[in-house]
Amino acid sequence: MKTILSLGLVRGLAWEILGTALGIGFVALVRALMGLPAWKAEPAVVFGALLGALFFLYGVGILNDWLKWAAGEETEDHLDDSHLGWRRYFGPSLDHKVIGIQYLVLSLLLMSVGGLFALIFRTELARSQMQFLTLNQYNTLMSLHGMVMIISILLGISAFMNYLVPMLIGARDMAFPRLNSFSFWIAVPAGLILLSSLFLGGFDTGWTGYPPLSVRAPLGMQMFFLGVSLAGFSSILGGLNIIVTVVRLRAHSMTAFRMPIFVWAALATSVISLTATQLIGLSFQMVMLQRLFGMGFFDPAKGGNPILFQHLFWFYSHPAVYIFVLPGLGIISELLPVFVRKPLFGYRWVAMSSLGIALVGFLVWAHHMFTSGMAEYLRVPFMYSTLLVAVPTGVKFFSWVATVWRGKISFDTPMLFILAGIIVFLLGGLSGPPNATISTDLHLHDTYFIVGHFHDTMYGGYIFPFFAAIFYWYPKMTGKRLNETLGKLQFWLIAPSFTVMSLLMMRVGLLGMRRRIADYDPALGFDPYHLVMTIMAFLTALGVIVFFINLIYTHFKGQPATGNVWNSRSPEWQVPSPMPVHNYDRELEVVGEPYDYGLPGSRYVKFHGEA
Amino acid sequence: MKHFIIVSILVIGATLLVYTGIQSIGVLPAQASAQAVSIDRLLNIQFWLISFLFSLITVTLLYSLVVFRRKPGDTSDGAHIEGNTRLEILWTLIPLFVVIFVAYLGAQSLGETRRVDPTALQVEVLSGQWFWSFTYPDYGVTTDTLYLPVNKQAVLRMTSIDVIHSFWVPEFRVKQDLVPGKTTELRITPIQTGEYQVLCAEICGASHAYMVAPVRVVTQEEFTAWIEQQASQVALDPVQRGRRLANQYCIACHSIDGSQKVGPTWKGLAGSVVQLADGSTVVADAEYLRNSIINPNLQIHAGFQPNVMPNFSNILSESQIEDLIAYIQSIK
Repeated sequence: MKTILSLGLVRGLAWEILGTALGIGFVALVRALMGLPAWKAEPAVVFGALLGALFFLYGVGILNDWLKWAAGEETEDHLDDSHLGWRRYFGPSLDHKVIGIQYLVLSLLLMSVGGLFALIFRTELARSQMQFLTLNQYNTLMSLHGMVMIISILLGISAFMNYLVPMLIGARDMAFPRLNSFSFWIAVPAGLILLSSLFLGGFDTGWTGYPPLSVRAPLGMQMFFLGVSLAGFSSILGGLNIIVTVVRLRAHSMTAFRMPIFVWAALATSVISLTATQLIGLSFQMVMLQRLFGMGFFDPAKGGNPILFQHLFWFYSHPAVYIFVLPGLGIISELLPVFVRKPLFGYRWVAMSSLGIALVGFLVWAHHMFTSGMAEYLRVPFMYSTLLVAVPTGVKFFSWVATVWRGKISFDTPMLFILAGIIVFLLGGLSGPPNATISTDLHLHDTYFIVGHFHDTMYGGYIFPFFAAIFYWYPKMTGKRLNETLGKLQFWLIAPSFTVMSLLMMRVGLLGMRRRIADYDPALGFDPYHLVMTIMAFLTALGVIVFFINLIYTHFKGQPATGNVWNSRSPEWQVPSPMPVHNYDRELEVVGEPYDYGLPGSRYVKFHGEA
Repeated sequence: MKHFIIVSILVIGATLLVYTGIQSIGVLPAQASAQAVSIDRLLNIQFWLISFLFSLITVTLLYSLVVFRRKPGDTSDGAHIEGNTRLEILWTLIPLFVVIFVAYLGAQSLGETRRVDPTALQVEVLSGQWFWSFTYPDYGVTTDTLYLPVNKQAVLRMTSIDVIHSFWVPEFRVKQDLVPGKTTELRITPIQTGEYQVLCAEICGASHAYMVAPVRVVTQEEFTAWIEQQASQVALDPVQRGRRLANQYCIACHSIDGSQKVGPTWKGLAGSVVQLADGSTVVADAEYLRNSIINPNLQIHAGFQPNVMPNFSNILSESQIEDLIAYIQSIK
């Protein structure tokens, strides 16, 4: 019991409850002193939730060192907390590998919640007419599915960037370990606040939260806005940390074009999350203020403009899509050479294509607004810039195909997920240009075609590479290898069924199925398609359950795997697993190209003093 | 070299197969407007490109997976090929020209869908949670069904009274949002008579899925006959006029048969004692009904939410409100 109470997470949650209660009481007190009725739900709950999040951070202990510094006290530079064992995963550890795994677990947790939401409303959609959900329940679940998955993906990419980047560049840790821990822990109250919207009336706007609808939505809307704003800090500070780490802490001999390709992807991603995330925070906070204080930012009656919100929102939310996929595409480029035993084809072009996608990605946001009523002539330059994204994306595909060509290909579970990632991302990529050319988008916008297109890019660019990365680096994290048979079963459950589902989404969308509708007209004849989609969704979920079974099975029955499991050239595999606390005990020296498979006698790295 | 020839043949075959497959299952709804013709033409070009690129990548990849797979017991590495700058430049420049060309076609297609006919039929579209209303200003007619004459451009000037909605008839292809405080424009030239539906394509709250109104494309003669009948038909009975208004604005949320909808039912409402959300009661007389229409947050019916019912004081005229009250009072 004492052990449980000493855990940072438990203390944080206790403080969060206290903070929320204090915040609500404070607003009631101020209102009473002002002579207003003491109880008004919206300001009280919003301020309570905000204060609760701050109290959580204090309770978990992540602010301790900063508070000591402010008081003029010294702290130890970087504690080795490995003697705490499993408990350090529940407290403010400063080890990037612990934080990476914390991110990973929280991401998987949120992914399961978001997936469960999808299964519930997918079941409702299996037949036309309303079956067991009310319209409001449907809208809330559908809207939360979107945002919970987005937060889960942001945490998932942070998991791998945190875990891998210092290891791949030969650093002892991230540049700012305390900030790193802060970035993780703020995501916990953010996630809780976001999910609390379910119990505070929900909201019915979709994940985009467009005003004026979001101004009129129930109280749950505010929890959605607040949760996402807080999660944004995680992204911004995490991005800053990765950039500084890559620029400052690389092994001395590791020049830019000898970095592992995943590091390039992490760098490109972090540039976006550091500079764009503010805009979604801003747009959401403006709606919060409009609701709380009657500010008329988006209220035409007060001279506001609803379309302004969409510009601010998409200025982040389009580049955000590249935040979601660039790390995954980096994982594809990183793992492909290992499983085909051939150098990555055109390393520099692949590295530059990540930066290219990130930069062009900033100039395309208004393609989400072709039907919005924005200035009409501006749509044309946005069409050109959007289509340009196809060029660096194409470079990646061609390079991957050329990497596989004349390799010696083996089909371990990570490789299967990589291949599914390439093909599904291709489907997502090829269904993109019809949305970019304005006139065709006028038909496709806000239909299930977009839903299918988007899910393909997310599965191809994130979900499949994410599972590949888990299977690939699991031995590095735990010293045990995940079961191959269960891994292949998981793959064959998810990959074909998901692909069928996404293609059917595109099909009904082209035929006239609008997105975000709780019910559809039986006369359209979509019932059989939706039934198949629902079955495919359940098969996908079954695959995820098999994955969790695999985690449990491996924990109890897994074979130890401490060596270079995949015969990789990468530095992290040149030392035994799991990785010691400060990574490498000797300095890393880069002596060759990262992916020179097939070149006899060549090495990528050696350790200082090694022959 | 042998590999390249086999792969090239397979890619061409797969391209034809994928394209034919897409075309034969029929991926689009009926083509019922001039705008749809130009949009479908561009989509068709894109289907060719998609078929080719999909085949190029997947066929080459699958071919490699089969032909270059690791033989059992082989532990050697693959060929040491680091890259080929000429190839990289080629597959950067060719796609660059292709996308610029596609963007050019896109701009051209957009121009065609926006082509202005100065003699176009004027229609004003008003939307709200959750209704569509269509006004023909040249004839002084307002209806809940969009009638359009075939082969004549209609220009829709659209706005919303509450949140963002979006006008979409899949058979016409084009879509345009309706934004409060702003007028947006959409031009449609129907080319095929028939019955369609306008669907709201932007999520607009609980009943978004049901925000649907009928669209009829008729011949010019039928249209003229219909509009003249509408213009002359000022029914003498206020209850009849009220019913038409109700069908247009109200029945999405209020039932007349006692069934559950977003708002209170009208069945047996007039003259009954209404329980209000603040605990008090009120008799549903003409004044109560009027308040509910022009100041809906004043007296909230117990069990229902405030801010859901739009304020109709700017939408309905004084006499229209009278008609509507007469109709509600007629429902027993």
